[in-house]
Amino acid sequence: MSDKKMLTASLSPHIKSPKTTTAIMLDVIVALIPSLVAAVFIFGYRALAVTGVTVGTCVISEYISRLVMKRRNTIGDLSAVVTGIILAFNLPSTIPLWMAAFGSLVAIVVVKQMFGGIGQNFVNPAIAARIILMVSFPTAMTASFPNAFAWKNETIDAITSATPLAALKSGGEIPAIRDMLLAKSGSLGEVCAVTLILGGVYLVIRRVISPVIPLFYVGTTAAIMLVYGAVKNENAVMFMLCQILGGGLLLGSIFMATDYATSPISFKGKIIFAIGCGVITSVIRLFGNSAEGVSFSIIIMNILVPHIDRLTTPRPFGTVKEKKHKKASDEKEATA
Amino acid sequence: MAEKRSLGKEFSKGLLIENPVLRLVLGTCPTLATSTSMVNALGMGISVLIVLVCSNTVISLLRKVIPSKVRIPAYIVVIASFVTMVQMLVKAFVPTLNEALGVFLPLIVVNCIILGRAEAFAGKNSVIASAVDGVGMGIGFTMALLCMSTIRELFGNGTLLDGASTSILALFGVTKFNGVDVFAHLPIEPALIFILAPGGFFTFGLLMAFANKIAESKGKSKAELRGCASCPMAASCSLLLSGEKEDVLSKNPRAAVPAINSEEVAK
Repeated sequence: MSDKKMLTASLSPHIKSPKTTTAIMLDVIVALIPSLVAAVFIFGYRALAVTGVTVGTCVISEYISRLVMKRRNTIGDLSAVVTGIILAFNLPSTIPLWMAAFGSLVAIVVVKQMFGGIGQNFVNPAIAARIILMVSFPTAMTASFPNAFAWKNETIDAITSATPLAALKSGGEIPAIRDMLLAKSGSLGEVCAVTLILGGVYLVIRRVISPVIPLFYVGTTAAIMLVYGAVKNENAVMFMLCQILGGGLLLGSIFMATDYATSPISFKGKIIFAIGCGVITSVIRLFGNSAEGVSFSIIIMNILVPHIDRLTTPRPFGTVKEKKHKKASDEKEATA
Repeated sequence: MAEKRSLGKEFSKGLLIENPVLRLVLGTCPTLATSTSMVNALGMGISVLIVLVCSNTVISLLRKVIPSKVRIPAYIVVIASFVTMVQMLVKAFVPTLNEALGVFLPLIVVNCIILGRAEAFAGKNSVIASAVDGVGMGIGFTMALLCMSTIRELFGNGTLLDGASTSILALFGVTKFNGVDVFAHLPIEPALIFILAPGGFFTFGLLMAFANKIAESKGKSKAELRGCASCPMAASCSLLLSGEKEDVLSKNPRAAVPAINSEEVAK
């Protein structure tokens, strides 16, 4: 019996990784926790409330929509929890909780489940939800970023201020590099660069993400910002650092651009994807109306991923290059 | 047309089963552009209804006079005359509607629904049947627009029938009612995206799915986009006939791949 089993050849893949979706998502959650702790520390319990609402709504709406569509339930893979946390990281801590819930509903039901669930979504659900919220409620999403640690002061209204990027754009006061690394004004998850990098390093070590996309994304943006700063005769290095640390670039490049379903498969494809993200982000930040361009750049490149994948399909070992093959057949047709 | 249908059927098919917007997928551009508020949608729907009935009637009357080679320009001239009349009437009696619809009012001239019905129906059928077809299709268009605009105005602006007293409804004696502000007493605010283009496409998709579902339950096939082949002009399109453009499905690379593989296996 056992001999027979040895002889039976099943379809590929023959080598299977012990990694499951749940394990990968758990790793992502672990990597996100330091930033969540930092957010609660910086913005108070309100940050925890926003995250709780997004995660809760994501999980419940995933459960209900799978039930309605009569499909196997997938809340056990924790992907809805990750979407919830990342969406919360993209929101200001002052956002009304019903808006956070609305965003989660859009992310899970419209962007993810209507297109077939995990692995089938054509754009990152959290980013799509953020953009829909931004278009729907522009004032709530962009007008009121509380200062770091403002919740500890006993004033009734939290003091709000422009994010470093907005300050940079409008010529306001730019915070010190140390503040931008540890605690600044902004969305929940983007305010502490150190914990984001920590989470990214953890994911790379655990082999959950490849470092290609974050490195090329940040690198492209940094290069463009350096050139722009030098041309404008400003302190180019300071300008570049502020652009990298001041907004959602680290959060976007480490946690959102590396989403499996919406990033290219091959090494070459990943580089094209990341450079595209970096160029679009820089163009929006430097020449657009908005101070921040990370989410739009990632969503645009997400849509291009199928085309990038098609262009960078690796050639199977031993096959003739398709281009030559095609040319030869074209010539044959022409002569015939 | 070979099969003869009763006038009742000619009328009712436009309402849902062959609804021009949701089932034939015609006139998408004006549908998305003018369905941001119920008042605009109603104005647009009624304008199209009037033009459609008039043009269908006249084209059906002239169907034996117009040489088939120049029928499209002839149809356009007929349609354009009625659109000009409607535009002048709208300018005179409902100036707010003229401002709100802007270029989409004169653009009714090249509206796919009107040209499509002229080509597919009025050019081949009797006067009465064509007029009834025009009424049914026009009401179907208006209903689809109203459904879309109700959803979009309610969730995007928080109101229903906002600005009714200065709209086309004023002609019917509605002068004191000026819409309901539904969201005024709610602790939430409307999501602007429903008024914008993405919300329009989203609502359009949902309504199409809904209309497909109803049509399926009545034993009709789904409305599907099959590239040029799904165009109502497909039968007479010179590009399609000469092979310059092809049915998208036959060129679909995904469909082609397994075929090539199986050939190779066979060798």
